[in-house]
Amino acid sequence: MTPRRALPRGEGIGAAYLPPVVFGVGALVAWQVLVVALGVPSFLLPAPSAIAEQVGAQLGVIMSTASVTGGNALIGLVAGFVIGVALALLAAWSRLFGELATPVVLAASAVPIVALAPVFTTMFGSTTEVPRQLVVTVVVVVPVFVSTARGLRQVQPVHADLMTALAASPWQASRFVRLPGAVPYIVTGLRLAAPAAVIASIVAEYFGGQQNGLGSRISSAAANTAYARAWAFVVASIVLGLLFHLAGLLLERLATRSRPA
Amino acid sequence: MTPAVELLAVDKVFPGPVQALDGIELTVGAGEFVSLIGPSGCGKSTLLRVVADLEQPTGGTVRVSGKPASQARLDQDYGIAFQQAGLLEWRTVAENVELPLQVHGVPKARRRERAAELLEMVGLTEFARSRPGELSGGMQQRVAIARALAPSPSLLLMDEPFGALDEMTRERMQAELLRITGETGAAVLFVTHSIPEAVVLSDRVVVMSPRPGRITEIVPGRRPGTGTELAPDDVEDVRESAAFFTAITDVREALRKGHE
Amino acid sequence: MIRVRAAASAVVAFALLVGLWELAKAVLPDAGVSIGDTRVLPRTDDAAMPHVWTVLARLGEPEVAGAAAQRTVGEAVASGALFTLGLALGGLVIGGVLGAVLALGMARFGLLERAVLPYVVLSQTVPLIAIAPLVAGWGGKIAIFGQPWQPWTSVMVISSYLAFFPIAVGALRGLTSPRRADVELFRALACGWWTTLVRLRLPASVPHLLPAVRLAAAAAVVGAIVAEISTGTRGGVGRLIIEYAQSATGDPSRMYTAILGAAVLGLVAAAAVGLLDLALRRYRGSIA
Repeated sequence: MTPRRALPRGEGIGAAYLPPVVFGVGALVAWQVLVVALGVPSFLLPAPSAIAEQVGAQLGVIMSTASVTGGNALIGLVAGFVIGVALALLAAWSRLFGELATPVVLAASAVPIVALAPVFTTMFGSTTEVPRQLVVTVVVVVPVFVSTARGLRQVQPVHADLMTALAASPWQASRFVRLPGAVPYIVTGLRLAAPAAVIASIVAEYFGGQQNGLGSRISSAAANTAYARAWAFVVASIVLGLLFHLAGLLLERLATRSRPA
Repeated sequence: MTPAVELLAVDKVFPGPVQALDGIELTVGAGEFVSLIGPSGCGKSTLLRVVADLEQPTGGTVRVSGKPASQARLDQDYGIAFQQAGLLEWRTVAENVELPLQVHGVPKARRRERAAELLEMVGLTEFARSRPGELSGGMQQRVAIARALAPSPSLLLMDEPFGALDEMTRERMQAELLRITGETGAAVLFVTHSIPEAVVLSDRVVVMSPRPGRITEIVPGRRPGTGTELAPDDVEDVRESAAFFTAITDVREALRKGHE
Repeated sequence: MIRVRAAASAVVAFALLVGLWELAKAVLPDAGVSIGDTRVLPRTDDAAMPHVWTVLARLGEPEVAGAAAQRTVGEAVASGALFTLGLALGGLVIGGVLGAVLALGMARFGLLERAVLPYVVLSQTVPLIAIAPLVAGWGGKIAIFGQPWQPWTSVMVISSYLAFFPIAVGALRGLTSPRRADVELFRALACGWWTTLVRLRLPASVPHLLPAVRLAAAAAVVGAIVAEISTGTRGGVGRLIIEYAQSATGDPSRMYTAILGAAVLGLVAAAAVGLLDLALRRYRGSIA
C-alpha cells in the first residue's frame, strides 16, 4: 500500500504529478545522453532510443508473445481467485479447516512456488501451457486466501450485536453482514494478486517448456547478445504488469466506490 | 397492561470474577421512559444487554413483554440502538431501515412502505437513497432509531445513542426522540451518562452505583407530556424550568451517594 | 498452549498433504486425463509422481548412479541450497540497506518522496525479475574494483534489486507512521531531526518494516534461484533444479529433491526473518 501524506496547502494536482513526471523524463534523458556520450556498451545498458527502435521493429512478436504470457497470467489469476476465495470461505465456515489451512498458506508464502514449474511440466507435459498456468494459480491463491480470510473475520462488534438482536440465522448473518463486509478485502486480494500473476507467468517461462512467451524471448535475445531487443521485451513485460495492476486497481475502486474508506 | 421490562434479582458475573450487576430489581411499565445513569463501569450497558438477551444473567429473571428475554428477542419485541449507529455502509439509508423487516421475511413492497413511513417520522425522507457515509453523526443515529422502530416494537433499548454527538445536536436529538416515542407509544430503556439528558427524557431516572452495579436510587424525571404531539418549545421549557434543576441536583446527589 | 496447538496443526496439515498426494496416485489414472490436446489431470505414474518415500530415500543415494565415491543427493541439494541461501540473504541485506537509505531520504526530503515514490511503488507491480538474463549478460565482461564480475555477483545483484523495493516502501511507511501528536511532542522537547529519527521514527517503523522484510526475503529467494538459472551459476539450487529436471524422465525423484531443497531454503529464510521479528518484539506495537 502506498504511504499517503497530505499535500502542502495551496498546491494542486501539479504538486502531485509534476515531480515524478519530471524525474522520469529527466532520468530517461540522462540515460540517453550518458549512454551515447560515454559510449556505454550495449551489453551493459542500451540507449533508450535503441530500445524504442527495437520495440517498434518487434511489435508483432511482442504482441503474440505477450498474449501468451498474459493469457497464462489471466487464466491463473481467475483460477487462483476462485480457489482462494472458496478455500477462505471453507476456512471461515469450519474452524478445523482454517487451523489446518493456515500453516500451509504460511509455508506457501515463504517458498519459491515457481520452483514447482518443472514438477508440473513432468506431470502435464512440456507442450502445453498448463504447467505455467498452474504455477500462476498457486501463486495467486496465497494473497487472495489471506485477504479474503481476513475480510470474513472482520465483523464489527456492533454489526454482530445487531444480527443477534434481530434474531438472524447464521446464514442471514453471513448474507447481510459478513459477506458484504468482506467484499473490499476480496477485491484488495485480487488487486494484489494481479501483478503477481504476471510475474509468476514470466518467471515460470525461465524453467523451460515452450519458447512462446515474453520470458523466453528475453532469455533468447540476451543469449544472442541482442540486448536492445531483449530490453524491448522487458519493456513489454513491464507494460503487461502495469496493465494487470491497473485492471486490479480499477476493479477495487469499482467494488468499493460506495463505501467510505 | 404487561410491563415492558421486569428485572427480578438480576446478577451478572463475568469471568475474572467481575460482578457487573448485583441484585437488580426494576420494572419498566408500558410506554414508560426510563433512563439508566451511573459512572463508567457501573454496569448500565451490561444491564441493557441483558434485557436485549445479548448477555445472559448469572442469576435472577428477566422478562420482556411478559416473556423470557430470549423469547422476546426471537419474537422481536424490542428494537435496539447502539452508541455507534452501526449502519451497514453498503446499503442505502432506506435499505438499512428495511433490514429488520428483511431478516423477518416481510415482503418487499410492505418493507418499502414501512421504511418510507419511518424515514418520514425521523425527518430523513430526502436521504432515502443516500449512503450512510454521506450522513452526519446525528442523521445516522436517526436512521438507526428508524431501523430500531421498523418492526413496531413496544420496547426501545438505547445504549448512549447520542454519546458521540456534540451538545447542540444532542439536544435536538433528544427533542426528536421524545416526539417519536410519543407518537409510537413505545417504552424506552435508555442508557446515558449525561444527567440533564436523563432528566429531560425520562419518567424515571435509575441511578446506579459503581461496580458491583446496584440501583442506588430512582429519581423522578421531568419528561414533558406523554403520548401527544410535542411542541418544540415544550422541551425547551422543561430545560429552563426550576424543577428541572432540582431534579438534576437530586440525580447528582444520588450518584454521589452511590460512591460512598 | 497455543504454540503447541499451532505446531500440531502444521504437522497434521502436512501429513494430510502427503496423504492427498498418495491418494491422488492411487485413485487417478496413470496417464492422466486429457480433454482434446490438453491434459487436465496429471500423470500419476511413478515417473511423473514418485511416492513420497521414494523421494525421501533418494536423498540418501548417490547423486549420479554408478560412478564411485561422490556425494549423495542429499548432500548435493543441501550444499546447493546453502549456497543460494547465502546469496539470497546477501542480496536481502544489501537491498534492504539501500532501500532503508532511500526511505530515509524520502522521509527527510518531501520532494524526493514525491518524485521517486510512485516509481518505487509501481516497481513492485512489474516483473523486475524479467531483467535477470540481462544482468547475467554482464558476467565475465565487466569488473568492479578490479574484481571480475562473477556469475554469483549477478545473482546477488538481482536478489538485492528485488528486495530493495518492498523494503523502501515499508521503511518509508514506518518512518512516517508516528502520530502527529507524538512528533509534536518531540518538537516541543526541542529534539532535532536525528534524535526524533532514532528515538521515535525508527522504533515506530518496526511493525511496518517486518512484513516488508518478510516479503523482501521471499522475493530475494525467488530472485536468487531464477538468477542462478539465467546466469548458469554453478553451486546453487537453481542450477540443480534445471539439471535434475532435464533428466527427470529417467530419475524423477531426484528432481523432486531439488525442489524440496528450494522449498526448505524459502522456509529457512522466512525463519530468519521470524527470528528478527522475535528480537525486535519490544517494538512491535499493536499492529499484528
